[in-house]
Amino acid sequence: MSALIEVVEGGVSVTVQDGGRRGYRSIGVPLSGALDPAQLAAANALLGNAPSAAALEVPLGGPTLKAVSGTVRVALGGAVEGKLVGSKGSVLKVPAWHTATLFPGDTIQIGGVARGIAYVAVSGGVEVPLQLGSRSTYQRAALGGVNGRALARGDRLPCARLDGDPWLEFRNAEAPVRADGPIRVILGPQDDHFTAEALANFLGQPYRVSRDLDRMGMRLEGVALTHSALGAEIVSDGVTPGAIQVPANGQPIVLLADCQTSGGYPKIATVIRADLGRLGHLRPGAEIRFASVTHAEAVRALQAEAEALARWVGGIESFRPPGVIDEAALYGDNLISGMLRGDEPFVPAIE
Amino acid sequence: MTAHSCHSIHSRPRLLPLGDSAWTVEFGDDITPETHARVLGFAAALAAAQRDGTLDRSLECVPAFRSLTVHFDPATLDHAALAERLLAIAGDSGSRRASGATWRIPVCFDSEFAPDLEVVAASKWLTPEEVLRLMTGTEFTVYMLGFLPGFPYLGGLPEALDMPRLATPRKVVPARSIAIAGRTCAAYPWQSPGGWRLMGRTPVPLFDPARSERPALLAPGDRVFWQAIDRDTYAALEARCARGDFDPAELLAGEATA
Repeated sequence: MSALIEVVEGGVSVTVQDGGRRGYRSIGVPLSGALDPAQLAAANALLGNAPSAAALEVPLGGPTLKAVSGTVRVALGGAVEGKLVGSKGSVLKVPAWHTATLFPGDTIQIGGVARGIAYVAVSGGVEVPLQLGSRSTYQRAALGGVNGRALARGDRLPCARLDGDPWLEFRNAEAPVRADGPIRVILGPQDDHFTAEALANFLGQPYRVSRDLDRMGMRLEGVALTHSALGAEIVSDGVTPGAIQVPANGQPIVLLADCQTSGGYPKIATVIRADLGRLGHLRPGAEIRFASVTHAEAVRALQAEAEALARWVGGIESFRPPGVIDEAALYGDNLISGMLRGDEPFVPAIE
Repeated sequence: MTAHSCHSIHSRPRLLPLGDSAWTVEFGDDITPETHARVLGFAAALAAAQRDGTLDRSLECVPAFRSLTVHFDPATLDHAALAERLLAIAGDSGSRRASGATWRIPVCFDSEFAPDLEVVAASKWLTPEEVLRLMTGTEFTVYMLGFLPGFPYLGGLPEALDMPRLATPRKVVPARSIAIAGRTCAAYPWQSPGGWRLMGRTPVPLFDPARSERPALLAPGDRVFWQAIDRDTYAALEARCARGDFDPAELLAGEATA
């Protein structure tokens, strides 16, 4: 059974993203997908979705969504809150890392993201059509998402009708715990294009995220990294999200999810997969430091991230939203009245 | 393109880490048919190993001018064992001549579509007609795709047309523009900023996600001839493509033998 969500307000640069578009990099199609796959997985876990089910990635201002047909549930994954406005005017605040159920006619206004990026997941996942195996939006080639672009007022998002108890919501009291400390990298593939001093500066000095920041990459500002005699250009070779290119001006560029598949600048290092998601949360002005690790350390970091996520998922609890009868309490404590919700018919007292 | 005996044929491939999720195997540091033939040989050997099940099918292999990058999932594959396997395959995959399809792709060279053609001609002491003859008389080889979905880098541009990129890139290069820089030719599937010199435009889409078996028109190893068409033919073909009434197979000049 399908349901439909209408975009009442599109928010700022909100796009549909999933686990990415694998298998087409040999013809120049970027990977794309969620900037922070672990956070997408956490948002999806609140709904019982698959970890990389398609959801809305919200970098700044959130969208306003209305259930048009069918009952749907949304999850707020990130430092963001929502306001659920019932079709009859009731209002319910939805905190971060909580789910909320929208009956047909209900609307949720999702506010600004306080820190980093957020994911708004939908029960069953956003079911826009797959393009080249993915629903991820890649705007430069108009692939995936809604017509290959950011959400706009009036868009319709197909999704599954909620399967389960519409009065039972889910939450986690805490945000998922992430690694802190420096961003971990593996040096190369072209670390030999840099002087020893440049390598020491790269690993020792802080860099700042500039305003040149989008889903393709972020330019950093800091001590200029001097190229060795091998120079500041290479014959273009493969790149990947996390690769750190350094053009002639010596200021690093960290590539992100929508980066192209090849590049002609030397790459001093590449961010390990476990720390890739952390990059997606950095905003202009943020300080960033790098530390070099081995492949073995990178694998352990990836395992640690997976274990932290599993622990967080284990901490998800169900709850009855305010104003909803808790049936167990009703029958157990012989409560005699209650309201399902402000906009639902009053439940008559039971004598 | 035939594989000639030269130093790069016998040099040992280098293995470079691209983070914890990819290895790049490098066969040289130049853009030449010889180095590229080794990339194609390696790509073919990897594809064969994936087909016969001796190499993990989840690997994504991305060929470039002088190297090939293999993307993998470090959570399920051991990086060191994979590295060893890749070097073993690269060690005896040898060279392979470009053996893809041969295409005759219509291009309109009218000045409206070729804003840089006259400057290129004047800079190289050629007439526009001589430039056109060089563009249409050359067999180009697709070295790699990158930059944008379906964007081909084509080798084989005659030295007489070797020009650097524009000092100031254009903010907007129209989709389907044919362009040159250095000894390389390219085609922009999408509107984009770009610094290459625009020599013409094709009415044929270079990328169509609806063709899920082969969304990019061109593949590494393909050969391409540009075929000059006039403005009316361009308009008619563009309209056919827009209607979905065009099969790219019409442009095939026949499959080459390996």
